[in-house]
Amino acid sequence: MSKKLVIYLMAEPETPDLARAAVDGGADIIELGFPFSDPLADGPVIRRAGERALARGMRTAQCLDVLARTRELVGDDIPLIPMTYASLFEAYGWDRLTEAMHANGGTSMIVVDVPAGERADLRRVQLIAPTSTDERIALAGEQTDGWLYLVTVTGTTGARDDVSPELAGLVERARRLVNRPLYAGFGISTPDHARAAGSLADGIAVGSRAVLVAENGPAALRDYVASLRAALD
Amino acid sequence: MRDFGDYGGRYVPETLIPALDELDRAWQEALADNAFHAELHHLATTYVGRPSPLTLSERFAPGKKIYLKREDLNHTGAHKINNAVGQAVLAQRLGKRRIVAETGAGQHGVATATVCARFGLECVVYMGVEDMRRQKPNVERMRLLGAEVRGVDFGTQTLKEATSEAIRDWITNVETTHYLIGSCVGPAPYPELVAELQSVIGRESREQFLAAADALPEAVVACVGGGSNAIGMFRGFVDDVAVRLVGVEAAGAASLGSGRTGVLHGARSSILADDDGQVADAHSISAGLDYPGVGPEHAFLRDTGRAEYRTATDEEALQAFADLARTEGIIPALEPAHALARARDLDADLILVALSGRGDKDLAEVLDRLNTA
Repeated sequence: MSKKLVIYLMAEPETPDLARAAVDGGADIIELGFPFSDPLADGPVIRRAGERALARGMRTAQCLDVLARTRELVGDDIPLIPMTYASLFEAYGWDRLTEAMHANGGTSMIVVDVPAGERADLRRVQLIAPTSTDERIALAGEQTDGWLYLVTVTGTTGARDDVSPELAGLVERARRLVNRPLYAGFGISTPDHARAAGSLADGIAVGSRAVLVAENGPAALRDYVASLRAALD
Repeated sequence: MRDFGDYGGRYVPETLIPALDELDRAWQEALADNAFHAELHHLATTYVGRPSPLTLSERFAPGKKIYLKREDLNHTGAHKINNAVGQAVLAQRLGKRRIVAETGAGQHGVATATVCARFGLECVVYMGVEDMRRQKPNVERMRLLGAEVRGVDFGTQTLKEATSEAIRDWITNVETTHYLIGSCVGPAPYPELVAELQSVIGRESREQFLAAADALPEAVVACVGGGSNAIGMFRGFVDDVAVRLVGVEAAGAASLGSGRTGVLHGARSSILADDDGQVADAHSISAGLDYPGVGPEHAFLRDTGRAEYRTATDEEALQAFADLARTEGIIPALEPAHALARARDLDADLILVALSGRGDKDLAEVLDRLNTA
């Protein structure tokens, strides 16, 4: 089975077209960032993209609208995963925002600052990290919605020179403890990274570099995603 | 304790959860270990300068008896050292030799740099560049003490962003690093841990007040930014139900007075945020109160009605700052000047105020404001 390619984009007015381009380039899944003012898990690129989106008025209602328009453009078969922080849920209402995301075409969700074990009733894609204990990996695997997100580095989002040496050990432990697809993200930005991470995990997620390339428009993003796709296949 | 009613919790990325578990275990072990308490007591008496005195002020608010708990007389000039010393000892029990911290007014940064120098620990302090401008002497102190001060030049450029950057550093270096958080905020167990380390303020105050006034105070007043000096003070009196607990926030940073339930820096609490949960900018002349969040225990005390929370404006704080200097010969920090401003018009006569720090760091800012007024 071919490896899955997950592309993260920040929700902005142009994002539906960008998501379509990413799918045309070979993305299997789109993560759609709903910006938050204090994104603890994010490095400078996604933090700045969030600041820019907020300055352009991208609040929860606007993000839901982008989600719905993205769903129209990518069709029904591409999972679209809203990715954000707890504060947005707290303000909008946990159930209400969950329902609104689904109603607008969302497929599950990722809430970066709600780790496994917290809010167990909230169905979402769980994340594990190199620091996670075996107990926590098993818990996240039990609670996750679909696949499990492997944070490859002990650190925040953002491009790195090489794929983290911590990934192999994390995949090995997760394989032993969890019977779910494992997609690796954080610090993966080049076709070489994609190939290396893809040889270990069942898929890869690319965020910061995709956000940067997306600033150059849909065609540039499609070509970039295609280069990752080619490296994975 | 992990939660305070519906407040508190651990709203942080997975990467940090094992470190929080490890910290919690070490903290519980330390609490049960007489050697830990003996070490803290030794450091408090031989290094920090505890117990800090209680001073009766009669000229500042004629007709009232206002007792000042003199945390300004601690080593490094504020209550922050109580927490910094305790966490530095804890960090060594954890085997962590690198410390990161955030600072607003610079008092916590100085306290952290101080204990790191004392114990030979590597120290990195994150500080908003706006605060570095406002609190320049403290930046110089930290560097003199051997700390690396990293300016944070995005967002509000104040304590909020400095805290986020310190947490990002911790996420990246968690294996080697202890995050020495400066207030009773953040993910569990930090709010409880910091409150316990600061509760020495309330314990000493209660004993000293009874000895001096032969009664308990009608009201205990403390300023609240993140709220660590207030929670430390309140813990000494929370079971004395006749004693009013009064927290004073900066009017432009009233996370409890004007806030809403939200999640910031790892905890669910009352925060300044818009209808979408985006954190709002706080505004205060006092860098230490210029923070849009507050410790979860304060939100809980507010909701249960055990504590009441009020505000003071920049102007009221400046007036109290100047008046305490003229009437008592004590230059307070701008943060407790907020508590003094509300204490003097409170409908109570026998009052205890937490004078959480001294005002040397604020002189340039205050003189600038007073001269242009």
